[in-house]
Amino acid sequence: MMGRKLIVTALACLLPVFAQAAGGGGIHLESANIQPDNKASVTRGARTYVNYCLGCHSLGYLRYNRMATDLDLPADIVEDNMIFTSNLDGEPHKVTDMMNRTMTTDYGKVAFGVSPPDLSLIARSRGVDWLYTYMKTFYVDESSAATGHNNLAFDQVGMPNVLWELQGLQRAIYTTQKDENGKESEVFEGFEQITEGTLSAAEYDKTIRDLVNFLHYAAEPGRAQRISMGIWVMLFLFVFTAGAYVLKKEWWRDVR
Amino acid sequence: MADQKNGLMTWIDDRFPLSETYKYHMSEYWAPKNFNFWYYFGVLSFVMLILQLVTGIFLTMNYKPDGASAFTSVEYIMRDVDYGWLIRYMHSTGASFFFIVVYLHMFRGLMYGSYQKPRELIWVFGCLIYVALMAEAFMGYLLPWGQMSYWGAQVILSLFNTIPWIGPALTEWVRGDFIVSDITLNRFFAFHVIAVPLILVALVFLHIVALHHVGSNNPDGVEIKKNKNAEGIPLDGIPFHPYYTVKDTFGTGVFFIVFFAVVFFAPEMGGYFLEHANFIPADPLKTPEHIAPVWYFTPFYAMLRATPSMFGSAFPGVMVMGAAIVVLFFLPWIDRGKVRSIRYRSNAFKYNLFALVVAFIVLGYYGMQAPTDLGTFLSRLFTFVYFGYFVVLWVISKDEKTKPVPERVTH
Amino acid sequence: MANAEQGSLDQSDLDPKRRRFLTTAVGVVGAVGVVGLAVPMLKSFAPSARARAAGAPVEVDISKLEPGQMLIVEWRGKPVWLVNRTPEALASLATVEEAGLLADPLSEMPQQPAYAGGVERAIKPNLVVLLGVCTHLGCAPTYRPEVGPPDLGDDWFGGFFCPCHGSKFDFSGRVYAGVPAPINLEVPPYKYLTETQLVIGEDQESS
Repeated sequence: MMGRKLIVTALACLLPVFAQAAGGGGIHLESANIQPDNKASVTRGARTYVNYCLGCHSLGYLRYNRMATDLDLPADIVEDNMIFTSNLDGEPHKVTDMMNRTMTTDYGKVAFGVSPPDLSLIARSRGVDWLYTYMKTFYVDESSAATGHNNLAFDQVGMPNVLWELQGLQRAIYTTQKDENGKESEVFEGFEQITEGTLSAAEYDKTIRDLVNFLHYAAEPGRAQRISMGIWVMLFLFVFTAGAYVLKKEWWRDVR
Repeated sequence: MADQKNGLMTWIDDRFPLSETYKYHMSEYWAPKNFNFWYYFGVLSFVMLILQLVTGIFLTMNYKPDGASAFTSVEYIMRDVDYGWLIRYMHSTGASFFFIVVYLHMFRGLMYGSYQKPRELIWVFGCLIYVALMAEAFMGYLLPWGQMSYWGAQVILSLFNTIPWIGPALTEWVRGDFIVSDITLNRFFAFHVIAVPLILVALVFLHIVALHHVGSNNPDGVEIKKNKNAEGIPLDGIPFHPYYTVKDTFGTGVFFIVFFAVVFFAPEMGGYFLEHANFIPADPLKTPEHIAPVWYFTPFYAMLRATPSMFGSAFPGVMVMGAAIVVLFFLPWIDRGKVRSIRYRSNAFKYNLFALVVAFIVLGYYGMQAPTDLGTFLSRLFTFVYFGYFVVLWVISKDEKTKPVPERVTH
Repeated sequence: MANAEQGSLDQSDLDPKRRRFLTTAVGVVGAVGVVGLAVPMLKSFAPSARARAAGAPVEVDISKLEPGQMLIVEWRGKPVWLVNRTPEALASLATVEEAGLLADPLSEMPQQPAYAGGVERAIKPNLVVLLGVCTHLGCAPTYRPEVGPPDLGDDWFGGFFCPCHGSKFDFSGRVYAGVPAPINLEVPPYKYLTETQLVIGEDQESS
């Protein structure tokens, strides 16, 4: 049948389209390898976030108590141990509030040039691999006027290297290579550790993985419910469709 | 009990043609018995229309068409409203699936000559539905007020700019502002939730009225009304209800398995159904690195980009893009063939249709990519192939060497 | 079917029972599916997380509430009255009851939590907490602690008066008989955190 051939060809033509799914240009991204269902990991990431990130970066679409429920944390534990921010009247945030920073947008602009963005959806716009790579590739670069640090994933980034105490400082090593046409270019070789951090390299990777896992959760808190509900819907639809198939066969016995 | 029901039905039928309408459209609508796989997509388009209307109504209850709060209200639906995420994902996934089933439905029409005499008006109404659907999708895409929403609308609305003389004034008038703004968002919301849906529903009604007046075509392209029994019932016809209602129930089940698999397990579809940049709120001062329309517009977008500007104007590109849609309306008169179905048409027809499908897919692919030399070259080539379909069809259908069409449908 | 002989339909080997069963079964499963689709839609109407957050329990400090004074706080968008009743006001509760002016003097209607029933309708007798919404048609009654004012007459012993339709309530929010409002004012759930700190909207643990 011509029709069938056409479908096969059409699908074959579509394959490269989907294979080449939305990859950003630039550097090679390290796989974040997160485990979204590992609540302990998400919780550790949340702790890192409220301690190191929430001062500047709001999660303006996530409530503390929603996070508490989703991560099986008692609301009063979250209220007592994870809320360090306050509203613009100076009152500490309540557990029903969004995880907003205390800093005002105007102050953020003055301090950093651009107000640090809300990170509620960063895992969906940037992707977890980018976040993981970004948090690992800060390096000392004196030519970066603003902070003295640069980043491999985000050139001339305005954000200071917040976790340097954990990771330690590193320097990027570039070598100059010539291509066939004799054109010289700088090629990134790797990092050289300058000072030791309080965490080992493996511990730091784990911390960042947990942090990225938390941001992945924050970008779509309903994900777990979506997937668990989806399985039931699928099972239902299989049963329904199987029944409908038998019913169709039964009625179509009439058709000669 | 039975008497009572009859009594009620008589009472209603005296005042409203309920039984008559039911018989005419369902139990005594004689559909050819040889519908195949491709005939599911008409019903599935209807299912998608209903699903989009229902989920859309529920989204409207929490969405705010306001530049300052639109983005936040979508996240509010996704997080704070009970099951809001499900309603939203059904609607966003639904948009893409609506186009998938409509494209397959249109392809069916091309394959089996469903647009040929006496079904020209069904086809024309269908084309109008397609245009209304594109308007609906385009305006709906602005509403989440993300970066892609914003810049997509900015780029597409700028197309009006290229219209000679009145362009810039017209663009400003459409936007109601000097850039896409809260004002634009508000009017797009009005169009998206009420004006265009009303038109769509009316056109679908006309599409079906015209269809049921002339009767359905079938994969053999045989007119089943030519062979009737003594009571005037087509010999190859079976009542739509229950035979096609049960068949379509099964088809809808299969479709829903695919549809809900995406809704529940891959709502972003790797960035094709929900684009990554649309998770960043609209920012009039910062363009995303790469702007691409959603996949269902990209074939036409590729044609737009492939057309070089002429005489210092980008208008030719807009003309080409518009012509690609307008030409569809004339298909019933471009095809001069007497044989409907691809099964009995010439090889030239088959290769021509195959080329059209390839052109549509290649154009769709390059419409999503950042422009490259190769992309532009292939886009140009396949733009010619796309229009070539209609030219070739006009030529070959005059004295086409066809196979003999059977008297009755094959089943 | 009319055209069974010549047409495409032939029901000669029909098993009506099987067909009826299958049709009903798929119909029922389909109906379950439609209901399943309707449930999330209808649930989306429930108060959202934002509404629930805004309706969260409120803490009130009553250390500055002098006898006879009323404090109004907002809980779930509704006014909640906290009145520090004077000994005279508490005494008037018995007076109105003995005069037979009340419709439900013993608070038998379920308009209060179990820990705030009886005559005083309060955890601590002096402090009454009431929802300031008239049980007639939802107006906001006014606080009228004075006894026998000209507009309310001599048999007014102080309490709350609704200006919309003239409903009267005593200092415990108990409704007078023969006024438009049918039942006592509602007592919201509340509890004491300390002697002077209250939480409105959270029940006192039953002890």
